[in-house]
Amino acid sequence: MSIDLKQYLRPGVTLPFCAGCGDRILLRLILRAIDELKINIDDMLFVSGIGCAAWIPSPNFNADTLHTLHGRAIAFATGAKVFNPKLKTVVISGDGDLADIGGNHLIHAARRNIDLTVLCANNMNYGMTGGQVCSTTPKGVRTPTTPGGNPYHPFDLCKLVNAAGATYVARYSVTQPSVLVESIKKALQIEGFSFIDIISPCPTQYGRQHRLGTPRETLKFFENRCIMKEDAKGLSEEELEEKIVTGEFSDGGN
Amino acid sequence: MERRVAFESSFAIAEAVKMADIDVCAAYPITPQTHIVERVAQLVANGELDANYIPVESEHSALSACLGSSAAGGRTFTATAGQGLELMHEVVYVASGMRLPIVMSVCNRALSVPLSIWGDHSDVMSVRDTGWIQIFAENAQQAFDLTLCAFHIAEDPAVLLPTMIHIDGFHLSHVIEPVLLPEQEKVTRFLPKYHHPFALDVNNPAAMGDFALPDLYTEAKVAHDMALRNSIKVILQVWQKFGEEFGREYSPVETYGAEDADILLLTMGSFSEVAMEAIDRLKRAGEKVGLVRLRLWRPFPFEQFRQTVGRAKLLIVLDRALSVGGPGPVCSEVQAALYHLKERPQVIGFIGGLGGRDISVEGFQNMIHRGMDKASQGKPGEIEVFDVREK
Repeated sequence: MSIDLKQYLRPGVTLPFCAGCGDRILLRLILRAIDELKINIDDMLFVSGIGCAAWIPSPNFNADTLHTLHGRAIAFATGAKVFNPKLKTVVISGDGDLADIGGNHLIHAARRNIDLTVLCANNMNYGMTGGQVCSTTPKGVRTPTTPGGNPYHPFDLCKLVNAAGATYVARYSVTQPSVLVESIKKALQIEGFSFIDIISPCPTQYGRQHRLGTPRETLKFFENRCIMKEDAKGLSEEELEEKIVTGEFSDGGN
Repeated sequence: MERRVAFESSFAIAEAVKMADIDVCAAYPITPQTHIVERVAQLVANGELDANYIPVESEHSALSACLGSSAAGGRTFTATAGQGLELMHEVVYVASGMRLPIVMSVCNRALSVPLSIWGDHSDVMSVRDTGWIQIFAENAQQAFDLTLCAFHIAEDPAVLLPTMIHIDGFHLSHVIEPVLLPEQEKVTRFLPKYHHPFALDVNNPAAMGDFALPDLYTEAKVAHDMALRNSIKVILQVWQKFGEEFGREYSPVETYGAEDADILLLTMGSFSEVAMEAIDRLKRAGEKVGLVRLRLWRPFPFEQFRQTVGRAKLLIVLDRALSVGGPGPVCSEVQAALYHLKERPQVIGFIGGLGGRDISVEGFQNMIHRGMDKASQGKPGEIEVFDVREK
């Protein structure tokens, strides 16, 4: 079903994303979830940090947008939410922003279980500065700052946020649009801290550096790697190494 | 043999870091600095530089890890810019207070908000009082030379202070220029292996970062201040030694065509090279103008500065940072340095080149003429932001 996106976009904006960027797909899916829930976007506040994903809401969404400092989006959002609890407050930012430089705010907001929705566009690298290693880059992957291969294990952001005490925790990919939209809708409706780790491929940096091919092929690569957690049950650890397990990891008691 | 290569300034700095044979680099990507540390990471991965590269999770962690490495006795380098330097801020003070000779390249960048990745000196001014030695480079060769010298200066037992080399974001960091690279052997002779005299050592324990009650805090700060002020002697020695070895001379206050000039323009960083062209043109038109390039920002080179500008009639100062609600930071410093002189030039300050806005050769010509007009009209005190749209 196609929706008229323009009503949700600030007049005159030009979307800044590269060809095949997962963030552009995500932008559309977030608006679709808002449209399907019939939430008035005027009652929403979108907070973002620094990096490509921070440009999903800011300045594009025709709502209140707060473009903050690198890593600090959740802290800014916490202040806005406690002062005006009626604001449906959504943090949209990248993995580097939310989990690396801002990782402290992420776990503490989850611990407080404050009523925020955090949508983490995870492209597994620092896309904006040129694809350097971050805390979600898979082990062994070559980046400009790990030319010999990333020596570290990545975070499992869902496990991290779940352990910290969030109400709703899920992981989906922009290559799974239907389930992702349903998950975003759920996250927006649940009271308490909701977090979705959204695999959002970066063809320009990650795709290019790993020779994943065209943007379409990069998306296909991630589409093939993502499996639902129900389908992951019978797989061995070795088989799972190559997969990204998606689904709900804490469903808010529903 | 000395090689002449085309290098981006960022790569020239990385090359200096390689030749300095550092032990540790901890860094976080930030535009426009990232090329420096990417290159360092590559040199480490290639085996060309035997060092540890730590891709940390923030600038605060970057400088903190560097602090640890330097305290343990390692030759330590990092680089940052703008907001990254702001996030480091408390660690910047701690590094100098602990007298740790870290070398850091700062690709000068404007500060939020509005968000800007482009160059100006707002970040420099925010760390003005942190007790680091701070030196400005104007081109890729200087970025290379001064980074090498920075290790020598910082690690001198009489100094032991961290040192920043400022290079203008994009205007210098991303510019490709010919650079003369000396032989490694010659660099190693100039900059031998380093041993921190008070490095952390289990056999000879040291306590760093201790608590000071009011009866001690002032003395500790004054000791730091004295060390920074006195470092100018070593800075002069190191630059002289560098000149003798490599044939390029550096000095705390440098000039261009200033010998017979009544009117001087003062700049810091890469804009100086554009201003030189403006000076040439005005001189050809018969005007008695010259340029002063402040190379050493901290410690402020009072003596050299007074000697250089004392006899001029007019000094026009360009600040690439806006001290909101106050005077231009360089301009006010310059005025304070000259205040007690019996004969001193009139000082006119301009603020310009903010957030990456360029100042062209014609722009500098206009600035000098505007400064001369203001001086003749007797309106020196007003703060003027150069090239600003009011509508």
